[in-house]
Amino acid sequence: MIGGLFIYNHKGEVLISRVYRDDIGRNAVDAFRVNVIHARQQVRSPVTNIARTSFFHVKRSNIWLAAVTKQNVNAAMVFEFLYKMCDVMTAYFGKISEENIKNNFVLIYELLDEILDFGYPQNSETGALKTFITQTGIKSQSKEEQSQITSQVTGQIGWRREGIKYRRNELFLDVLESVNLLMSPQGQVLSAHVSGRVVMKSYLSGMPECKFGMNDKIVIDKQGKGGATEEAAGKRSGHQSIAIDDCTFHQCVRLSKFDAERSISFIPPDGECELMRYRTTKDIILPFRVIPLVREVGRTKLEVKVVIKSNFKPSLLAQKIEVRIPTPLNTSGVQVICMKGKAKYKASENAIVWKIKRMAGMKESQISAEIELLPTNDKKKWARPPISMNFEVPFAPSGLKVRYLKVFEPKLNYSDHDVIKWVRYIGRSGIYETRC
Amino acid sequence: MPAVSKGDGMRGLAVFISDIRNCKSKEAEIKRINKELANIRSKFKGDKALDGYSKKKYVCKLLFIFLLGHDIDFGHMEAVNLLSSNKYTEKQIGYLFISVLVNSNSELIRLINNAIKNDLSSRNPTFMCLALHCIANVGSREMAEAFAGEIPRILVAGDTMDSVKQSAALCLLRLYKASPDLVLMGEWTSRVVHLLNDQHMGVVTAAISLITCLSSKNPDEFKTCVSLAVSRLSRIVSSASTDLQDYTYYFVPAPWLSCKLLRLLQCYPPPEDGAVKGRLVECLETILNKAQEPPKSKKVQHSNAKNAILFEAISLIIHYDSEPNLLVRACNQLGQFLQHRETNLRYLALESMCTLASSEFSHEAVKTHIETVINALKTERDVSVRQRAADLLYAMCDRSNAKQIVAEMLSYLETADYSIREEMVLKVAILAEKYAVDYSWYVDTILNLIRIAGDYVSEEVWYRVIQIVINRDDVQGYAAKTVFEALQAPACHENMVKVGGYILGEFGNLIAGDPRSSPLVQFNLLHSKFHLCSVPTRALLLSAYIKFINLFPETKATIQEVLRSDSQIRNSDVELQQRAVEYLKLSSIASTDVLATVLEEMPPFPERESSILAKLKKKKGPGAVTVELEDGKERGELNGGGDRGGDAAIAASNASTPSPSADLLGLRSTAPVSGTTPSAGSLLVDVFSEAGPSATSAGVNDDGFLSALHAPEASDSPLVEGPGDSDSAPPTVASEDPAPPLPESDELLNKFVCKNNGVLFENQLLQIGIKSEYRQNLGRMYLFYGNKTSVQFVSFNTTVSCPGELQSQLNVQTKTVEPLVEGGAQVQQVINIECLTDFIDAPLLNIKFRYGGALQNISLKLPVTINKFFQPTEMAAADFFQRWKQLSQPQQEAQKIFKASHGMDTEVLKAKLLGLGTALLENVDPNPENYVCAGVIQTKAQQVGCLLRLEPNAQAQPGEQMYRLTLRSSKDTVSQRVCDLLAEQF
Repeated sequence: MIGGLFIYNHKGEVLISRVYRDDIGRNAVDAFRVNVIHARQQVRSPVTNIARTSFFHVKRSNIWLAAVTKQNVNAAMVFEFLYKMCDVMTAYFGKISEENIKNNFVLIYELLDEILDFGYPQNSETGALKTFITQTGIKSQSKEEQSQITSQVTGQIGWRREGIKYRRNELFLDVLESVNLLMSPQGQVLSAHVSGRVVMKSYLSGMPECKFGMNDKIVIDKQGKGGATEEAAGKRSGHQSIAIDDCTFHQCVRLSKFDAERSISFIPPDGECELMRYRTTKDIILPFRVIPLVREVGRTKLEVKVVIKSNFKPSLLAQKIEVRIPTPLNTSGVQVICMKGKAKYKASENAIVWKIKRMAGMKESQISAEIELLPTNDKKKWARPPISMNFEVPFAPSGLKVRYLKVFEPKLNYSDHDVIKWVRYIGRSGIYETRC
Repeated sequence: MPAVSKGDGMRGLAVFISDIRNCKSKEAEIKRINKELANIRSKFKGDKALDGYSKKKYVCKLLFIFLLGHDIDFGHMEAVNLLSSNKYTEKQIGYLFISVLVNSNSELIRLINNAIKNDLSSRNPTFMCLALHCIANVGSREMAEAFAGEIPRILVAGDTMDSVKQSAALCLLRLYKASPDLVLMGEWTSRVVHLLNDQHMGVVTAAISLITCLSSKNPDEFKTCVSLAVSRLSRIVSSASTDLQDYTYYFVPAPWLSCKLLRLLQCYPPPEDGAVKGRLVECLETILNKAQEPPKSKKVQHSNAKNAILFEAISLIIHYDSEPNLLVRACNQLGQFLQHRETNLRYLALESMCTLASSEFSHEAVKTHIETVINALKTERDVSVRQRAADLLYAMCDRSNAKQIVAEMLSYLETADYSIREEMVLKVAILAEKYAVDYSWYVDTILNLIRIAGDYVSEEVWYRVIQIVINRDDVQGYAAKTVFEALQAPACHENMVKVGGYILGEFGNLIAGDPRSSPLVQFNLLHSKFHLCSVPTRALLLSAYIKFINLFPETKATIQEVLRSDSQIRNSDVELQQRAVEYLKLSSIASTDVLATVLEEMPPFPERESSILAKLKKKKGPGAVTVELEDGKERGELNGGGDRGGDAAIAASNASTPSPSADLLGLRSTAPVSGTTPSAGSLLVDVFSEAGPSATSAGVNDDGFLSALHAPEASDSPLVEGPGDSDSAPPTVASEDPAPPLPESDELLNKFVCKNNGVLFENQLLQIGIKSEYRQNLGRMYLFYGNKTSVQFVSFNTTVSCPGELQSQLNVQTKTVEPLVEGGAQVQQVINIECLTDFIDAPLLNIKFRYGGALQNISLKLPVTINKFFQPTEMAAADFFQRWKQLSQPQQEAQKIFKASHGMDTEVLKAKLLGLGTALLENVDPNPENYVCAGVIQTKAQQVGCLLRLEPNAQAQPGEQMYRLTLRSSKDTVSQRVCDLLAEQF
């Protein structure tokens, strides 16, 4: 039960203010501004309690979205809603920025009216919303259309309307993963996990029934039971199975079926949707290895050498590689030499940034830097923050593979084979750090 | 900051600042700053020397970054370099950076001091000023140590420029405030006084601030300033507004200087010299006259300046409190302000009037404004002004107008702000009691009070009503009737139910004749409230019911029925259940005679006798606590009568001797108040409180009910706070000062013989903690004054005095404390003690402050005893006995044999002996049971060796254990004193 929702710009000026319940007063707007946005110390907790009122906030670039409540709500629900709200806004007008919000404030209020009712989240599916909240002028809808909207919004399948027709039935599947790592200087993995999403874009006619399969360990094992051992089952399916720690699904997935048979079946919404989200922690393929070497030469000099090794099939190419080597706070000058790519000392970020456009698998590259220091009277030692890395690789570091995606449309008579399907894997770096 | 010339524009700095201002987000700002810092680092690192201009520019940037809230850990050296520049702007930036950024423990401080020294000795007045400003801005101890000697010299030197003198005076003031012990008085002090005669008004203004501060510490040394100040003041006051040119502010001649002069005069008593006094009175009259003149300008600054002087003059008049004529004129002047448009003026007028009301000369004059004040209370929009109005009403109240004022305050209470309600309730309660002529009025008032503001009526208030009703036969019937009527309201406050239950239980019979209030009606009325009340109230009501059984046998069946019901006899609350069971049994078993004896009417509290007792105690203990009435004259004639003093004393007497007239209606199973508020209020509470669970275990006989009336230990409440006039003081207040007996204060002293830290004193308002350290003949004591209330203490002032010959034995220096202590805050005071020679008495600490307008005055003994100056001496057995024999003259020895008051635990004894300050010598005495100690008392005059031997007879029965304590020292007084001190410890 969200009591109210506020959107602020970076200065703390209120752009959008929508109060759903009487227990939220006008002063709540100011309370959040004073205690969080303008707080002396940076507020890191996403939940702030001020005078028995809870503020849940997320920040998108310079924009603050804050949900306010006086009741004991499910915080995860509120955040899920806030994220959803961001998605909806992005779907409607692109990037969430002060200007965009100011330009679309009527639309935003309209949306807020629709997706929250007396503080209870309602349908926030973009596809469904777009049918009746439009950015273009109001076109007079016929009675039929109106009743269709009503039945769709209130009906069982609120995320898809009937009567969609495409000449070409097409389907795109993206497996997007971000790999997170913390490694010790000696190369020991301290923590690593992959959080991934399966995003689907469908252009299918009618009300298709879909079934999605991947190399989930439990499913594979189950199938394997009929045959020989687990190993054999794994081999038979052609690739390794992966253990998924936890996953969440889009509302269209029939959870009862998933619980019973562990099969993922659904009627997809038209257009783009995030089919599932998952997390794995075992058997992660780490695309890059960072080997740091830091040597302090006296009080005024520091020598840094960093080697990166790519650890995947030589045929694949990693892109947008960026290594960020932090420098001490009293750096007065830096000289860098690198074999490949470009490296530069960025004083404003207190780091050396080394960029490589492309790098094939099983290669290595190195950079060395000399950092001059200014002696200070401060006794504090440099904390040596970890070296971080960004990249993009064309495979899923978790090892996830899409085994099949079957489409059935009993009424319209097009078969699974007629659908054109595309699958793409993208692995990105999350927080990919190596201590030095 | 003087305008920077075009060439020195520091474009880079301006660009940087505008970049930062244009940053869209915090992140962007941090990025820009990081970039700039890296740039500056590389510049400072660069091997080629920077020129003064760029050094200045970068230091400026660093300063700006620091002021934005980022850490700066370099650039200090460059800033110090700037100090030695010859350019004004560069030097100025250097000093600015240093006074903002350099902390005192930096190793650069030596370099900085050197640079400052150079500038001070230079002949350039601007450089000297810069250096002085820097010293004042930093104001650290190190700075004071380095320059405290130098600055007075500059200040009084004949050839110093005026502007430098000004700076020097203010700088010295700052140093003195920061570390007064380092600024030594010398021959310069007398010359500082003569700065009051300086030609330059700026110098006078600066000097007078310094003198005011110095003279508040050493009034005698600066006595001469009074006549100088008076003559200066009269010159300003009588001058035409144009005479002072630059120092005339909106047609008012030198307003700041005048205010400061008047304030300086407030540090001293009225001048004795007739001529000076005449001149001063003339000045004050002139100021009052000027206030009557039509304003020379409509500007607000003009009237502000004029009024500032006027108010300062009025507070001087109040301070002198000796010129009836002036007082009355001041009062009339303030009366005009009461209706002024300006809110601030009304506030100030009310505040000043509060103090005027306590002067005997102007009390009557203040009273004439009663209507205006009441009006202010009702119609004023600003809550703080209303508060002052309430204060003033309280202060001006006396017998003649009490009824009116109390009625007004009561009617105001209904609409009063929540924040001041509790205070108002207490004030009404106090006034109603203090000036009650007939007690039915008093009862009416208090019941009204409970009705209007029940939530804010503290326990003490209704305890007090019951005490008074019980003690005065003539109001009992009336009280019972009024309470009965009050209870008939559909919604009563719980406090009302409590009073009702108690009074009907005692005196219900007085109104039982009336059929409308027959016993059964009374009972039903009380019982209808029963279920809405909290547990303590229910317990009280149960006691009232049993009393009903005694008073009205006809209600017995009904009441027994109630007691027997499951909700009583099986109540989950132990106290209620027990009462129900016991009362039920009592009512069914006991014969009417026994019942009548057990449930007899509460006897009146013995007043006369105990008031004498209290007086006696007061005479005995002059040192420990003196509580002053704010206005002495109230004491006798205006007081409502002796009985109130008596009541407070009853409490005291009951506290010490559990009297047989104990509380039959033990109200409270757990007496939470008794332990926590050791004050006059708690003494009252104790009369009603039982001794906790012990009561419940007692049987159904007299003893059980008479479960001892434990008062909080008397030692816990050695102090009773100021009576009457203190806001929080419970209604016993108007009593005469109940100074506690001397033993308590000594006990307090004894508490600190063997330890150096602890809580010295605590009451409802104030807590004093103590921390002390001693070395050789010197000691330093930290006193921590904690304000326990949420209201600030004003004019907080503490003095330490050495009575009698102690003055020549002990040298005590104190640092002044801030006159304002915020609510909940703690202030620290440092006391330096030097032991000149051995001493017996302890110095007295006197604390005065105003709390909500009422003066509080507390005196304590500072726990400084001769043994604090012990230096432990280790020695071997042979050595010890040799010295022991050397000190064999009878007057060198002091011996005491005394009973052990605590157990003879070896470790505890050892700890105490070590705490005494001596060395505990092991394996010296042939008898291992005995303790032997040696130490030297260090005084400035001499060192007194001291040997100690403590012989316990541990084998004896507990209770018969005795000690023999023998002390030998080279000085007879020392032996005796240490022996006395120590004897109390075991």
